[in-house]
Amino acid sequence: MPFEANGKTFETDEEGYMVDLGSWEPDCATVMAELEDQPLTDAHWEVLNFLREYYDEYQIAPAVRVLTKAIGKKLGKDKGNSKYLYELFPYGPGKQACKYAGLPKPTGCV
Amino acid sequence: MAIKKFMFVNRKAPYGTVYALESLEVVLIGAAFEQDVSLAFVGDGVYQICKGQSTDGIGMKNFSPTYKALGDYEVTKLYVEKESLEARGLTLDDLMPLVWEDEDDDYAEKPSIRLVSSEELATVFDEQDVVLSF
Repeated sequence: MPFEANGKTFETDEEGYMVDLGSWEPDCATVMAELEDQPLTDAHWEVLNFLREYYDEYQIAPAVRVLTKAIGKKLGKDKGNSKYLYELFPYGPGKQACKYAGLPKPTGCV
Repeated sequence: MAIKKFMFVNRKAPYGTVYALESLEVVLIGAAFEQDVSLAFVGDGVYQICKGQSTDGIGMKNFSPTYKALGDYEVTKLYVEKESLEARGLTLDDLMPLVWEDEDDDYAEKPSIRLVSSEELATVFDEQDVVLSF
């Protein structure tokens, strides 16, 4: 389902991931999250920005285990655990956060 | 789930065919399922982990940065066949400095690349439960 943000239309695949990853802008995340009744707080943005940086550096969306560990290292152990991340992203920190961040679905994610 | 030793053997240059990218994807999936994953680079496969790759001229994604994430996936055994490297006039300095961080050693960075002779590599193959060739 395509969605609109900032007066532009963005194409997505059948699972809602953006087709043109390069066209992502912060408003895309806000709109995609609103469509799923998921307000984005600073804590959410911290994870989304982390994912954007990870993708820039490694060209992949990390598996949730890798994400959890990397968040722990960068943002502190209190955030690098699945309880914290699942509270922010109840549909799964890998799937849901990667979608909002304009990343592909994590490799190895079913 | 029982942990098996998986070896992925990479034999082809990175961009002429889809083998290298497909292998890397399966490696990441195998590692995400917490299997004991090793990689071998033989023949033109050694080009996959060369430094300074650029795909600007061929309109393909440069996926070489992804090899740097292997350490995060606890894939820390990358065997490079010495003879293949030498036959192409390459040395370890031509390869990306791939490392992994040892959590039990204050996140010290340790090299993932192991330069081995063809004979040593045969021994490593022998220890595997599953060997997949790409």
